[in-house]
Amino acid sequence: MATTAPGNLLMTTIDRAARWARTRSMFPASFGLACCAIEMMATGAAHYDLGRFGMEVFRASPRQSDLMVVAGRVSQKMAPVLRQVYDQMPDPKWVISMGACASTGGMFNNYALVQGVDQVVPVDIYVPGCPPGPQSLMHGILTLHDKIMKGEINN
Amino acid sequence: MGILSELIKGLRVTGGIMIRTIAGNELVTTEYPKEMRVKPQRFHGRHVLNRYPDGMEKCIGCELCAGACPAQCIYVRGEDNDPDNPKSPGERFGYVYEINMLRCIFCGLCVEACPTEAITMTHLFEFSTTNREDAIYTKETLLMDRRGSVPHMFPDDELVDLDELDSADGWVRATAPSGVAAYQGIEMWQGTPGPGDWSPEPTQEERDRLSRDRTSDG
Repeated sequence: MATTAPGNLLMTTIDRAARWARTRSMFPASFGLACCAIEMMATGAAHYDLGRFGMEVFRASPRQSDLMVVAGRVSQKMAPVLRQVYDQMPDPKWVISMGACASTGGMFNNYALVQGVDQVVPVDIYVPGCPPGPQSLMHGILTLHDKIMKGEINN
Repeated sequence: MGILSELIKGLRVTGGIMIRTIAGNELVTTEYPKEMRVKPQRFHGRHVLNRYPDGMEKCIGCELCAGACPAQCIYVRGEDNDPDNPKSPGERFGYVYEINMLRCIFCGLCVEACPTEAITMTHLFEFSTTNREDAIYTKETLLMDRRGSVPHMFPDDELVDLDELDSADGWVRATAPSGVAAYQGIEMWQGTPGPGDWSPEPTQEERDRLSRDRTSDG
């Protein structure tokens, strides 16, 4: 779905304002699957404080969130659930694949796990690490903000 | 009356902590992009391929790291050295060296397996990518340059701290026996200590005190 405005002077300004607003109030869906979720919780807590970027509220409902942080390994059984949660999120929406397991399957190269969530949902940012520390995750989030502000990622 | 006094007693603690936090003495939040947390000495960050001080590559292409890797994210191919212009002191050198950083679990088994300490880990962790191809690090990115610094995938990224690259943990322990003769027997050290030379890590109390000092300074 197109979320960019048509490209005349007024509309590009509105588009910039919309992008700014989107990056400053990005609500993540709480989709913690494994140990990466512990680091994701730590990122939201006081020492790193995602509230500084306006995204401390991990929404329990996908209908209230813009960003899905896939934190942890996705099993084959979880993949349809992941897709359903993604489909329930309103546009515009983004996905961060956090950690080795979510991005590529990591060390679990077996039949039980999805070898990368990009087989299930479109991923915008991959964050390496096992698990990525809070600062790594924040680097991923800030990279996403940066790309949205520059218009490299629209949806 | 009992409820009210209990309420005041409880809120006194909350209010006291709030006031002290606002005064700035007990702020625990690190403002990440502006202020970096001091990482532990043995932090497992991205890898680097080291060189000897005379510029020879340490990697001999033996593929022990690839064998030790539990995630099978390392791909190495060795090739015979040109006798007139060797890349490494020894018969072979690492011709292809690739690490898939997205599959890597940063366990450090490759570092332990390496017989020449060619591969070590740095303190770098900022390498989020937008696609999976960017996360496959080739020898160009992994191999340290001759200054002893590490190349970065995205040097233009405003979030990247290039000074940190210079303090990367690329130690040099010994000199190549068949390298340039002028370096024979000379040991060179680059800031961070080698594996047998760690100073004892600070206790939890000292660490708490350090972080308190740091936050009250800033």
